[in-house]
Amino acid sequence: MDHFHQKHILDMASLSKQEIDYIIKTATTLKDISERPIKKVPTLRGKSIIHFFHEPSTRTRTSFEIAAKRMSADTFSISASSSSMTKGETLLDTVNTLQAMNPDIIVMRHSSSGVPHFVSKHLNASVINAGDGMHAHPTQCLLDLMTVSEALGRIKGLKLTIVGDIFHSRVARSNIIGFTKMGAKVTVAAPCTMIPQGIDKMGAHVARTFEDAVTNADIVMALRIQKERQSNFFFPSEREYANFFGLTYERLKSMNKNAFIMHPGPINRGVELSSDLADSPQSLIMKQVSNGLAIRMALLYLLMGGTRNAHSN
Amino acid sequence: MRILIENGTVIDPQQSLDDVRNIYIDSNTIAAVLAPSELSNAPFTRDEAEHVHDAQGQIICPGLVDIHVHFRDPGQEYKETIETGCLAAAYGGFTDVCCMPNTNPINDQPEITKYMIEKARSFGGTRVHPVAAISPDSKGKGLTEMGLLLDAGACGFSDDGQPLSDSQLMRRAMEYARSFDALIISHCEDLKLAAGVMNEGIISTRLGLAGIPNAAESVMVMRDIALCELTGVRLHIAHVSTAQSVEAIKFAKDKGLPVTAETAPHYFTLTDSAVLEYDTHAKMNPPLRTETDREAIRNALAEGVIDAIATDHAPHSELEKNVPFDQAANGIIGLETSLALGLKLVHDKVLTLSQLIEKMSINPAKIVKMPEKRIAKTYPADLTIIDLSMKQTFSAKMFKSKSRNTPFDDWTCMGKVIQTIVDGRLCL
Repeated sequence: MDHFHQKHILDMASLSKQEIDYIIKTATTLKDISERPIKKVPTLRGKSIIHFFHEPSTRTRTSFEIAAKRMSADTFSISASSSSMTKGETLLDTVNTLQAMNPDIIVMRHSSSGVPHFVSKHLNASVINAGDGMHAHPTQCLLDLMTVSEALGRIKGLKLTIVGDIFHSRVARSNIIGFTKMGAKVTVAAPCTMIPQGIDKMGAHVARTFEDAVTNADIVMALRIQKERQSNFFFPSEREYANFFGLTYERLKSMNKNAFIMHPGPINRGVELSSDLADSPQSLIMKQVSNGLAIRMALLYLLMGGTRNAHSN
Repeated sequence: MRILIENGTVIDPQQSLDDVRNIYIDSNTIAAVLAPSELSNAPFTRDEAEHVHDAQGQIICPGLVDIHVHFRDPGQEYKETIETGCLAAAYGGFTDVCCMPNTNPINDQPEITKYMIEKARSFGGTRVHPVAAISPDSKGKGLTEMGLLLDAGACGFSDDGQPLSDSQLMRRAMEYARSFDALIISHCEDLKLAAGVMNEGIISTRLGLAGIPNAAESVMVMRDIALCELTGVRLHIAHVSTAQSVEAIKFAKDKGLPVTAETAPHYFTLTDSAVLEYDTHAKMNPPLRTETDREAIRNALAEGVIDAIATDHAPHSELEKNVPFDQAANGIIGLETSLALGLKLVHDKVLTLSQLIEKMSINPAKIVKMPEKRIAKTYPADLTIIDLSMKQTFSAKMFKSKSRNTPFDDWTCMGKVIQTIVDGRLCL
């Protein structure tokens, strides 16, 4: 593959296996830019990138901002509270206004599923989905794939277990599609309230018990449990959740002490993941963060017409 | 006006009539229905007719009746008015429509009921039969003045999209309605359980959209059937979308309870896969379900468990539909596509043509107790003329409805309405 033909990065389902490989390889070659004393290349000089975050985000937003700046693009930020949408402007009007300013890429996060799809239909710019509702978070999946492939040398044939609120998680959905596409086996485990209808038909194996899910896994990924789900009756209490679905060093030791640990962040320490495990050598959490930067640099670069080997100036 | 409709095939399921007849209309009444051998008995000659319609190769059936539409008048006239709604209805072949009460203000007063009837009458086309609210402002806190509303012309009672969650109030509403032999129409939905924006299943999970399980409908169908048994009211279940609701209605009918049911063309035509990729024209309430449900609805129509086809015609503008999926309004327009989609059931051999006419005319008229629809001497001249062999491609921008929210734009179907006659007046 010598060219990348996608106009937008909306979800994992619309990327081919070859494209996913290509993105990860490109990210790997871009990684060293962030380790140089002068962390900047001129590759995207003169390109305008708008970060349109309609939902709070720290790590994803910062990661995209830094990625764009290391590539010398001009970046602009809009958040829900600073946009005219608080004055009652419709999303379509906001998008048309942005289009009139002729940006090259819009990085979009929104609390409603499908909004990046909606926006991409009305824009000439490329759209990168930085997380939409419960639907997709493709850059998270790509950075997770990159991290696993670095740590274990491959994806194919590996067993990934995702534990937590699968129902509300765009990370789980994207990882189920992405890891399955790359040949891994994905298992999910959670209280039944947090397993959505038909998740098995998306390629995930639904574990019978927490122990089954964890015992044979090569990687165990914990998802954040949001306290507000309690009020919608998804689980009784954090104490109850931690007791039956929380990952701790003690529990893991008896089931599967060699598994790598991942978490998309931010972590509720002591709920879905204990501190001793989050900070242990088998935790890949910090690697996820640094790879996230590389993946986002790669996507910006590829969407602007770059090829894998042309960046090294 | 004297109208002669000649050479057409007249289909009237109530008389088991399916044969070539000439129909003679004098002012608002059918003056004669004559076989080719009986033409010497004609009440007037061909020359005396002011309008002659050659219906060679066409069928004439009792005027179609849609017992579930939303005309946004009064209150949201930018979506639909009684005028545009009635025109869309006439182009769809409907001589009569029943308007749901969720206007602004809600139709909970005799004055609003009268306004709707009179407004439609002033245009001289399709008639409007308002469904009035069960509770004032559809707030579920008390009962409307059902007797006065019936006197004003209401044809039934429903809180439609704001269904009564208070079972005690529903019981009382049913009992009170029974004093007048009035019809209760139930939009069956457990609002808490229905906390989603599309059918719950593989598609909602894949799209990351909150789902509405089948049980959100059937749990209320079952409740209302139990209350129907308790009170003896005539109960009509609106827009049935699930296999489980069908089972419950079959159970009620087998028991001899006075329960009837309708479904909408989209529930026997589409499934939740139409929502891909976030198409807000496939968003309605109840939502499009799975293939299993679609099959169950089709079988229920064939077996007579579902009595009527109604469109749930729900006009919305671009402002409500060209927005993110979870913010989009529920509903699609249906008056101008209903018959052609119904005819697909005939082509698919699910229904006979005669059965389709029962579901779209005879049965709905009976459910809301309209004057009998019969193509016979002395009956009102309410007729629909259809060309079954004419192919049409729907074009939403050509629709008479003020709104364009249909998932069937660009669909090609067989069968087209040629003329709708209401009270002896040509509407097209």
